Amino acid sequence: MIFEGLADKLQNAFDKLKGKGKLSEKDVKTALREVKLALLEADVNFKVVKKFVKKIEERAVGHEVLDSLTPAQQVIKVVNEELTDLMGGSQSKIAFASNPPTVIMMAGLQGAGKTTTVGKLAKLLKKQGKNPLLVAGDIYRPAAIKQLQVLGERVDQPVFSMGDKQDPVDIAKAAISNAESNGHDVVIIDTAGRLHIDEELMDELKNVKKAVKPHEILLVVDSMTGQDAVNVAQSFDEALGIDGVVLTKLDGDARGGAALSISSVTGKAIKFGGFGEKLDDLKPFHPDRMASRILGMGDVLTLIEKA
Amino acid sequence: TKTREGFVAQVENLFSKFSTIDDELYEELEEILIQADVGVHTTMKLVDNLRDKAKEEKIKEPKELTKLFQDQLTEILTKGTKEEDDDQPTILMVVGVNGAGKTTTIGKIAQRTKEAGMEVLLGAGDTFRAAAIDQLKVWSSRVGVDIIAHQEGSDAAAVAYDAVQAAKSREVDLLIVDTAGRLHTQSNLMEELKKVKRVIKREADNMAVEVLLVLDATTGQNAISQAKLFNDAVDVDGIALTKLDGTAKGGVVVAIKEELGIPIKLIGVGESAEDLQDFEPESFIEALFEGGFEEE
Ligand SMILES: Nc1nc2c(ncn2[C@@H]2O[C@H](COP(=O)(O)OP(=O)(O)OP(=O)(O)O)[C@@H](O)[C@H]2O)c(=O)[nH]1
Ligand SMILES: Nc1nc2c(ncn2[C@@H]2O[C@H](COP(=O)(O)OP(=O)(O)OP(=O)(O)O)[C@@H](O)[C@H]2O)c(=O)[nH]1
Ligand SMILES: [Mg+2]
Ligand SMILES: [Mg+2]
Repeated sequence: MIFEGLADKLQNAFDKLKGKGKLSEKDVKTALREVKLALLEADVNFKVVKKFVKKIEERAVGHEVLDSLTPAQQVIKVVNEELTDLMGGSQSKIAFASNPPTVIMMAGLQGAGKTTTVGKLAKLLKKQGKNPLLVAGDIYRPAAIKQLQVLGERVDQPVFSMGDKQDPVDIAKAAISNAESNGHDVVIIDTAGRLHIDEELMDELKNVKKAVKPHEILLVVDSMTGQDAVNVAQSFDEALGIDGVVLTKLDGDARGGAALSISSVTGKAIKFGGFGEKLDDLKPFHPDRMASRILGMGDVLTLIEKA
Repeated sequence: TKTREGFVAQVENLFSKFSTIDDELYEELEEILIQADVGVHTTMKLVDNLRDKAKEEKIKEPKELTKLFQDQLTEILTKGTKEEDDDQPTILMVVGVNGAGKTTTIGKIAQRTKEAGMEVLLGAGDTFRAAAIDQLKVWSSRVGVDIIAHQEGSDAAAVAYDAVQAAKSREVDLLIVDTAGRLHTQSNLMEELKKVKRVIKREADNMAVEVLLVLDATTGQNAISQAKLFNDAVDVDGIALTKLDGTAKGGVVVAIKEELGIPIKLIGVGESAEDLQDFEPESFIEALFEGGFEEE
C-alpha cells in the first residue's frame, strides 16, 4: 500500500528521538537526516526534499522545540504541519459546470493510465447519476480507439470516435456537439500519451483546450514515477493549467513520493487514485489525510474512502 | 569514440568547478546521481567507493576522478555480460508492469529482427487488457510478421502453447510472446506468468527461451522491487529500458545491475518501430550527467 515503506522509515527516525528526554541540536539533525533519506528512497524529488528538510530544521532546532517538555513530539508536530502544507488543502472534487456538459480532459505521459481512467471515471460518474460521453481523442497509439470502445461497452456508455484520420481538436469539438444533442451531461476526453518535452504534441493539447475549454484537465501520473515527476507535472501544468491529478497503479508497492513532489511543485490536488485495472478501481483521494498517513499516525482506511 | 569524449567532457565539466577534491565535490556528485534515479543506497555506495579508490591511488586532481568514476560505472554495467549465440532459434517472453512498453518494444524488436533477414512470429499473450490483442495485431501488420492470437479473455498459457508449436513447425528464428502487464506484487498474476513460462520451456525443444523485462525509465526506486520479483518468478535474462527519449534518466538500472546482476540490453527512444537501440553503457552514463550541473 502506498506510503507504507515511507511511514515505517519515518517512524523509526522518530522512535529514536522519543527514547530521549531532552534533545540536542545534534539529535534533531540526525533524525532529520533519516527523514531526508526516507523521503529520497520514496522517490520524493531531491529538490523538494532539500527545501522541505531545511524548513523543518529551521523550525525544529529553535527554542520552540528544544526547550519544550516533549521535544520529540514537537519535532513530529513540525514535520506533520510542513507535510500537510506540502500536500495542499483538503480533497477537491470535480467541478461540474453549471451549464452542462461538464468537459473533462485527460493528459499525461505514455502508459500512465489515461484511457483506463476515462473508463473508470465514467463508471464512477455514472454511479452518481451522470450520463458521460467518452471521447476517443488518441489517434496515434495502435488500437487506442478500440481500447476505449471496449471500456465504453463495459460501462455501457457511448464512445465518440471519428477514427484516427481526423485532428484531435476537430474530434473534441464534434464530441461536444454530439454530447449536447444527445443529452450527455459529462464529456470525458481521452488523449494520446505524450512526452512533456514534445512541443508539437503539447501544442495539440493546448489547441484542444482552446477549442473546447475543459472544466477539468486531469494529469494522469503513474505512482511509480521517480525524480522526473516534477519536470513532467510542471511542464503539463505550465502548458495547460491542470486542475488536478490522478495517481494510478497505487495497488503496487510504490512508496509514492511522486505524489508529494507533484503537489509541492504544482500546488494542485490529487483528486483520484487508481488501485487496479478494473473499472471499479478508482477512488477519491484525500490529500489532507496523506500527511498523517505518511507519518503513520492516521487511520489507514480513511485515506481512501470506500466509494 | 564520440560518446567517450562526451562523457569525459560532462564529468570533467562537473569536476572542473572544483580545484580540490573535497566533500562538496562528492556531495554534488551524489546529488546528480540521486536526481538521475540511481537511488540513495547505490549512490552512497558508488561515491564511497570512489572516495576510497581516490585515496588509495593518491588522486589529488578533481579531473583525474573523471576516469576513475567512469570506469567504476562502466564496470558495474558491463560486468558478467556474455556474448550471445545469435544463431539459435529463440523464444523471447516479454514481461513487465502495466504500461511499461512491452507491446511496443515487441513491435520494435520484430522490426529489427526482420530487417536482419530473420523469420519472426508474434504470440498475443496479453489476453486480459482491453484491445491488447488488436494493438499487437497492428504491430504485426505494420512490421509484416505473423501473429498467433486467441480471443480476449482466453488462457494466456494456451496462446503461448500454440505460438510455440507454430514457431517450431514454421522454423522461425524468433518467437516473441507478449504478456499482460501486471504489478509484481500481484501474486496470482505472477503465478500465471510462471505457468506461461513453464509451458514455453516444456514445449521449446531446440529453441532457446529468454525472458526480457521491460522497465519504464520514468520509474523511480520501485523498479528495483519490480526487477526482484519478476526475476524471482521467471528468471529475467535482460532488461529493455523504455522512454529514454523523455527527460528521465533511468538511473535505477545501475542499482538493479549492481544488486541483481541483470544486464540492460535494449533501450527504447520513441514510439516508432525504429526507436530501439542496443544499450551502450557509455552513452547511458553520459546522459546520467546531462544537465546535472546547472547552477541554481
Ligand atoms: N495495476 C494497475 N494498472 C493500471 C491502473 N491504471 C491503469 N493501469 C494499467 O496500465 C496500463 C496502461 O494503461 P492505459 O490506460 O492504456 O494508459 P494510457 O495512459 O492511456 O497509455 P497511452 O495511451 O499509451 O499513453 C494498462 O495495462 C492498464 O490496465 C491502476 O490503477 N493499477
Ligand atoms: N516516448 C516513448 N513512448 C514509448 C516507448 N515505448 C513505449 N512507449 C509508449 O508507451 C505506451 C505504453 O506502451 P505499451 O507497449 O502499450 O506498454 P505495455 O507494457 O505493453 O502496456 P500494457 O500491456 O498495458 O501493460 C504507448 O503509448 C507506447 O507508444 C518509448 O521508448 N518512448
Ligand atoms: Mg491511452
Ligand atoms: Mg501490452
